[in-house]
Amino acid sequence: MQLSLWTYEGPPHIGAMRVATAMEHVHYVLHAPQGDTYADLLFTMIERRQKRPPVTYTTFEARDLGSDTAELFQGAVREAFDRFRPQAMLVGSSCTASLLQDDPGGLARALGLPIPVIPLDLPAYQRKENWGAAETFYRLVRTFAAGTAGRDGQPKEPAAAVRPRCNLLGATALGFRHRDDVEEVAKLLARIGVEVNVIAPLGATPADLARLGAADFNVVLYPEIGATAAQWLKREFGQPLVSAAPLGVGATRDFVNEIARLTGIDPEPALSDQASRLPWYSRSVDSTYLTGKRVFIFGDATHAVAAARVAARELGFEVVGLGSYSREFAREVRDAARQYDIEALITDNYLEVEAAIAALQPELVLGTQMERHIAKRLGIPCAVISAPTHVQDYPARYSPQMGFEGANVLFDSWVHPLMMGLEEHLLTMFREDFEFRDGIAPSHLGTPAKPVDVAAAVPASIASAPPAPGPAASWDLEAERELRKIPFFVRGKARRNTESFARVRGVTVITVETLYDAKAHFSR
Amino acid sequence: MTCVTAPVVMQGLAASRQPAIRHERGQRQVFCGLTGIVWLHRKMQDAFFLVVGSRTCAHLLQSAAGVMIFAEPRFGTAIIDERDLAGLADANDELDRAVGDLLARRPDVRLLFLVGSCPSEVIKLDLSRAAARLSATFAPDVRVLHYSGSGIETTFTDGEDACLASLVPGLPAEPLTAAPSLLIVGALPDVVEDQFCRLFAAMGIGPVGFLPPRQSRQLPAVGAQTRFLLAQPFLDATARALEGRGARWLAAPFPFGAEGTTAWLRAAADAWCVDPGRFRQATQASEERARHALARHRAQLAGKRVFFFPDSQLEVPLARFLWRELGVDLIEVGTPYLHRRRHAAEIALLPDDVPIWEGQHLERQLDRCRAAQPDLVVCGLGLANPLEAEGMTTKWSIELVFTPIHGYEQAGDLAALFARPLLRKQRLEV
Ligand code: SF4
Ligand code: SF4
Repeated sequence: MQLSLWTYEGPPHIGAMRVATAMEHVHYVLHAPQGDTYADLLFTMIERRQKRPPVTYTTFEARDLGSDTAELFQGAVREAFDRFRPQAMLVGSSCTASLLQDDPGGLARALGLPIPVIPLDLPAYQRKENWGAAETFYRLVRTFAAGTAGRDGQPKEPAAAVRPRCNLLGATALGFRHRDDVEEVAKLLARIGVEVNVIAPLGATPADLARLGAADFNVVLYPEIGATAAQWLKREFGQPLVSAAPLGVGATRDFVNEIARLTGIDPEPALSDQASRLPWYSRSVDSTYLTGKRVFIFGDATHAVAAARVAARELGFEVVGLGSYSREFAREVRDAARQYDIEALITDNYLEVEAAIAALQPELVLGTQMERHIAKRLGIPCAVISAPTHVQDYPARYSPQMGFEGANVLFDSWVHPLMMGLEEHLLTMFREDFEFRDGIAPSHLGTPAKPVDVAAAVPASIASAPPAPGPAASWDLEAERELRKIPFFVRGKARRNTESFARVRGVTVITVETLYDAKAHFSR
Repeated sequence: MTCVTAPVVMQGLAASRQPAIRHERGQRQVFCGLTGIVWLHRKMQDAFFLVVGSRTCAHLLQSAAGVMIFAEPRFGTAIIDERDLAGLADANDELDRAVGDLLARRPDVRLLFLVGSCPSEVIKLDLSRAAARLSATFAPDVRVLHYSGSGIETTFTDGEDACLASLVPGLPAEPLTAAPSLLIVGALPDVVEDQFCRLFAAMGIGPVGFLPPRQSRQLPAVGAQTRFLLAQPFLDATARALEGRGARWLAAPFPFGAEGTTAWLRAAADAWCVDPGRFRQATQASEERARHALARHRAQLAGKRVFFFPDSQLEVPLARFLWRELGVDLIEVGTPYLHRRRHAAEIALLPDDVPIWEGQHLERQLDRCRAAQPDLVVCGLGLANPLEAEGMTTKWSIELVFTPIHGYEQAGDLAALFARPLLRKQRLEV
């Protein structure tokens, strides 16, 4: 039993949902209690998807236990098939249902549906989200690509006139910038004359998966999710795989060169000097202040390792901490950390990460949403480089992390927080929380954290707003107390409104009644 | 204060009303009771909520609380793993160890709730025994209670009910000579509690206590002289526990809108035999302010066709408020459960043909919703954006449990929550 306050990854069925939601014409029937339906909001609210995830939950209750949960499950599968007419059906259990031992796979197969039914056996008490996504994608790929024509287990020699073709694997729903990375990498490949055969899971249909074998090689954008399937494709079709993520200028060049070697084509069209602005921006004299900035990096393995390289070699930072919650890729992260003479932190306990950051006192944190909060509390600038993320990490604008345009985005998003010193929303939003008051150390930290100097960080122009004209009414004690109970983010407005209301009416002492009269007056 | 009478009886009225309540079973799209932790932990600031559950439970809490993560939260999950599933004796040891670690790092915690989940219930981990055992270990610094927030037993707001009910046996007994006292049951924002306190004081009703209290050591006393008002419709188990301790429920509509708030306050005033003049005097200004605030939104909302998906069990009282005070048309009022007795006064105020649906079959309900093309759909976060993308206008129901909506001063805000999506739709030209 592990005590957990915030988790980096959800349970494995969330990974399965990310794959199902990314694809077309796939439906997932999940044997789960009603509360597990919360997962829909990750997709509809955080990622702002316009469609419900293609998931039917059985939502069994206590009274169903022991009697007919199996029947309930079969009913849900049948109904989901009749209503959604998918081309493939995923079936499985969430953590609670896996304790019931209903065998979703067997139950679904017994219905004899005219489509492939893929049972997902995801050990909920052992594995996590990314593993679940990788396993689900692998199962789908196997189901549809096995036995398809094309490869005979031998690498295909590209005919001179035919453009080499590759698959882009690993992008899912709810991925950090997956939408834009896929677009950017496809553009990059087009520039050197490589054609994209299939992008999967994002946007793929089961029929697309059956065409995977037609590619010459596979690009695994997110190894945490795509590597298992890619390795199988390598065995099945002899497709080599490129799994160096093109994150940063150097890594993107390596990526292009590796593909050039693999396909025998000329990489130069993609490698021209103007490809990315990062190198020049980094050389620009104003960037000298970035030299040796101490940076702490944490995220999934792929993003963390790549970020360390960009930070050290492309921005001139000093990497003082590097870690990941992806235990499956611990070796890769440890190897990378050794290059910076540090020891990797492999953990999924955010308290350990927080302790490490507090101890190292870096000047910049590159992490996930968790590290963003840790950094805010410690008053350290921060940028997000990896899932798990939040709604603001799904920007409306095109904002890839990969490729040369991605490198530009990295430069901007890592350097800006340093210039601003402290995110202003930290100052305004957290000042009033009783656990985040000036001078109060976080209750659970062994060593008291440095209190944030709020006054010093507020720009002078904001701190000295011009006084309002006219005689100001004064607040009586009770009204003042009442005002303090109003949520902090609207309190300033409430104060201003009440005072102007009082002024207009010639009220000199503001009482609780005045406060609410004003509230009623302005409420709309 | 000798004249406290029996509670106002509105059942007589209710008995004559039999709206056809329809039932449905199928996929439900509702949170489980664990979600209540998100607001309960902010209310009781010296309490910690430890869910004994799976990674899914931890992920649910994180996602529901998602928007604002302050410091180390006052809730967490002891995640059951494979080793715990192998043998229950180990699971108990593991739980004790997790609690020990937690309390060592949070010495400020005075009350610990062990919160049961689906997995802990399916493997029959006995949290009542664990709570007793841990209470003995950590007394007198920390009290340990337990309740279930599992999705197989509770939906969404039921979690608050289970939590408050778990507090009832530990409430001190009122002294034998106690004068009548009023207890307000249901977590309310502090500012709303204070507004109600002022109103009761103006009527001469008191002492007034609150459940849950702001600090776990300020538990209100309870006994035969206690009269209680429910601030929320979903607190049946808590109400029964209080009745079991001799307290008497003052049946009333719930304090939403000007009318609901007046009726709710009047139930207490009648029990205290407050004379009508004094009652008017105490409530008039606030009530008028509320009516005035509502009048503004009436133009936006009157005649609008509203469809409720089941969510917080607030649906029926809110539908009553929207229908009576803002003139909306009720197309469907879905609710996960309807406690008939606690809702009698509400149902009495609704039209005979009000289409109340208890339970849920998500897909069929979506079919009905699409067919009806309502002007406003009140639904959960998982459905809101997809329905907007289909061209509907939605209000996310979770805001109704997270924002102050009770009482006179919030009546306008409550109306605004429903009016804003409609207003926004009118404004947008994209
Ligand atoms: S429904 Fe059950 S398993 Fe799911 S989050 Fe709620 S308590 Fe946990
Ligand atoms: S403070 Fe910022 S990062 Fe944290 S939850 Fe709110 S929006 Fe997301």
